[in-house]
Amino acid sequence: MRSAPVIILKTPREIEKMREANRVVAEVLAETRERVKPGVTTRELDLFAEERCLKRNARPAFKGYRGYPFSLCTSVNEQVVHGFPSERRLEEGDVISLDFGALHRGFYGDAAITLPVGQVVEEARLLLATTREALYRGIEQCRASGRLYDISAAIQEHAEGRGFSVVRQFVGHGIGRALHERPQVPNYGVAGSGPVLKPGMVLAIEPMVNAGGSEVKVLEDGWTAVTVDGSLSAHFEHSVAITEDGYEILSEL
Amino acid sequence: MPKEEAIEVEGTVVEPLPNAMFRVELANGHRVLAHISGKMRMHFIKILPGDKVTVELSPYDLTRGRITYRAK
Repeated sequence: MRSAPVIILKTPREIEKMREANRVVAEVLAETRERVKPGVTTRELDLFAEERCLKRNARPAFKGYRGYPFSLCTSVNEQVVHGFPSERRLEEGDVISLDFGALHRGFYGDAAITLPVGQVVEEARLLLATTREALYRGIEQCRASGRLYDISAAIQEHAEGRGFSVVRQFVGHGIGRALHERPQVPNYGVAGSGPVLKPGMVLAIEPMVNAGGSEVKVLEDGWTAVTVDGSLSAHFEHSVAITEDGYEILSEL
Repeated sequence: MPKEEAIEVEGTVVEPLPNAMFRVELANGHRVLAHISGKMRMHFIKILPGDKVTVELSPYDLTRGRITYRAK
């Protein structure tokens, strides 16, 4: 994941390019989410997202990354992350996470959303709302001279406060000229610890929250992660730049 | 896309082994078998017993690691 053992700081010009790359991701996700309804296959969503990305002169970042065969990660219900698009048709009541990344002008964008398919049970609705809120609680901790794990602790506290559990095996990450850079951004931690945040850092913050236990396992395809207890999982992600006076969410429209 | 968590720990090199492998004693007392990362190899960074290094442990086998950094 890392080149030099330090967190890469981006110049304002580089941040501008990252803004563009993340705007592509945000727009592609906004368009793709409109397609999410019962009956659509996850592969259709993948192909659609890919096309919308290429139309914007950006390259889907995930395809070929460490061998990932698709452009979009489509994780349904108990799938946590890295779900393979397939001929699986979405059904009313499903919960689906879409994770997308783009490479534009040499810089990466990365964001994710989790959506209900039609009407879902109340616990699912609460899980999605909580996970999304946890992301924003984490983002609110982003400020120069703050600490990295302030973000992690805020996410953990919010998710666990609602009785859910945070996934520990997967982490958020720095992002820039590479999709995954230092630092690792876990979704659990002790506030007041970790590296000091500085302007120019760009972090992909991505809480993954399970309705049941935190344990996940990776399936035989080597990628798809599922909850061990079969409970639902939600995932939201934004790429956030640390600025002089706080933060800027690059992947929000 | 989330990254799989690699556990990064500090340790001290105990002894060199063949094929650029090293036995490293971690801060928590565990001894692991670690290899030097390709990046460090590429830059001809030498590692000697007694060096303080950063080791990346895979979540799948906590007895093996990759040395990613040697402290000055």
